[in-house]
Amino acid sequence: MTADALRVGFIPLVDSAALLVAVDKGFAAHEGLAVELVREVSWSNVRDKLNIGLFDAAHLLAPLAIASSLGVGHVKMPLLAPFLLGFNGNAITVSPGLYDLLAAATDGNLADPNVSARALARVVADRRGKGRDPLTFGMTFPFSTHNYQIRYWMAAGGVDPDEDVRLVVLPPPYMVDSLASRQVDGFCVGAPWNSIAVELGIGRILHFGRDIVAHAPEKVLAVRAAWAANRADVLQRLLRALGRAALFINDPANLDDVAALLAAPQRVGVAPELIRATIEGRLRTALGGTPRVAPDYVMIGRDGAARPELLDAAWLYAQMVRWGQAPFSMESVAAAKACFRPDLYDSAVERSATLPDMPADRIGAFVGPPFHDDDVAGYLAALKMPPGHR
Amino acid sequence: MDPALKIVIVDENPVRAAILADGLREAGYTHVTRIEEMTSLLARIYELDPDVILIDLENPSRDVLAQMFQVSRAVKRPVAMFVDQSDSAAIEAAVDAGVSAYIVDGLKKERIKNILDLCISRFHAFARLKDELERAQTALSERKVIDRAKGILMKIRKISEADAYALLRRTAMNENKKIADLAQSVVTAAELLK
Repeated sequence: MTADALRVGFIPLVDSAALLVAVDKGFAAHEGLAVELVREVSWSNVRDKLNIGLFDAAHLLAPLAIASSLGVGHVKMPLLAPFLLGFNGNAITVSPGLYDLLAAATDGNLADPNVSARALARVVADRRGKGRDPLTFGMTFPFSTHNYQIRYWMAAGGVDPDEDVRLVVLPPPYMVDSLASRQVDGFCVGAPWNSIAVELGIGRILHFGRDIVAHAPEKVLAVRAAWAANRADVLQRLLRALGRAALFINDPANLDDVAALLAAPQRVGVAPELIRATIEGRLRTALGGTPRVAPDYVMIGRDGAARPELLDAAWLYAQMVRWGQAPFSMESVAAAKACFRPDLYDSAVERSATLPDMPADRIGAFVGPPFHDDDVAGYLAALKMPPGHR
Repeated sequence: MDPALKIVIVDENPVRAAILADGLREAGYTHVTRIEEMTSLLARIYELDPDVILIDLENPSRDVLAQMFQVSRAVKRPVAMFVDQSDSAAIEAAVDAGVSAYIVDGLKKERIKNILDLCISRFHAFARLKDELERAQTALSERKVIDRAKGILMKIRKISEADAYALLRRTAMNENKKIADLAQSVVTAAELLK
């Protein structure tokens, strides 16, 4: 029997691990799949090549899969997300200069995002009073959790991310340079870029993404809906291989092996120690400091984290509406949910235990109304109220 | 053809950008500007205020352009992608050639059809050129290493140049290797034994 050939696109990030391990450890081959992994340089490329069929499947920003399905911001192409490649993994990093300003603007502990967000509001107001240029922050893509997390944090302190600061898209490889050259004062990006800024002494990690939103659906395996229908059997085998890869990654005995594999130049291409520290959630937040440890810093297929829940999709859509990227409609809520396919996941991957310590509403934002996917409109209305009235 | 259209080329490869810019100027487009500095890309684009933006797909800054689709106060002129659902052949041809095009909202697609066609053919031409150059370079470096291996064999075995080449060729055939690869092994071995 000859193997089914698949082309799968990915961006060199730690949360592509399940995909890379599935291929490089032979789990895909075991399912009779000959997967060619194609490393890409931009999310726009990944989306376009998936859309026009150059890729059979891709590692994609979870909100971008939904935006594509809704036809928001680009050509409409119904995509399905039957596997969550990762939860969390981002961090907000600021320049040492901005960090000092924030520290001077509060008596509280900056590790608390409520405190840091209010401090940011004071710094922003002070700059405006002095007639200085607004602060500039980088994030990776309009339809990304990076964008939604940094906006969520700013808004909680009363800062309007569209009016009070400049929020710009920066490709991750340019983030650190831009912070060093003071083109930006801070950014929200995934691993390893926050750590690189810290080790160069040009940035301080202010918050892990999980401090803002405890459980943010980050990347998915995306396929075209039509492709999934035509090649249901191939998809099921690919999902099975990903499920096995996720189990492999989460066995601590394999961590060195996984880090070495991801470190290869044609894969993620950064030092294995950095990859290992990322998966373990062990990151230095300031140069010379002791690492902060958060086991949920990034979650790759752990404890059922790979199962895409309809609520995750609805929450991401609600963020799009909140920031004016998409109009609100009940049809769109349904269309966003239809993009996430736990049923396809269940048909291929054995269910593991549910996530321990799950936030009550599954999302776990640090402040603001709890999220209910059966009342997205009510959630959005509650977000509009001033912080004191929630 | 519409010579008044302002065209911006975003490409870090100077040769490819020049090939494309020349083609556009030959076709009569006079307002062609190349941006090579990526750190302030969006600011430069707003300053130039182009009607058409052409960007290569090897460029991570493509995602920066995604911001221009957003309806936000930071964005002055909304931008659309040249291709939509009805143009799947056009988008495929462009992606295949390694280029993507963006136009300002409201600009009729027919007006830039020939710009995109030209762009695609120039990108293909560049890829062919690069291919030929790489092949020529490989051939040249292979010839150099074969010459060195011949010289080593002539000296050590005290044989003629023709015999040295025949020996390399015979051994390569027997070992099912390329002559250049075998020659490289000879050179490496000779260096180790120095």
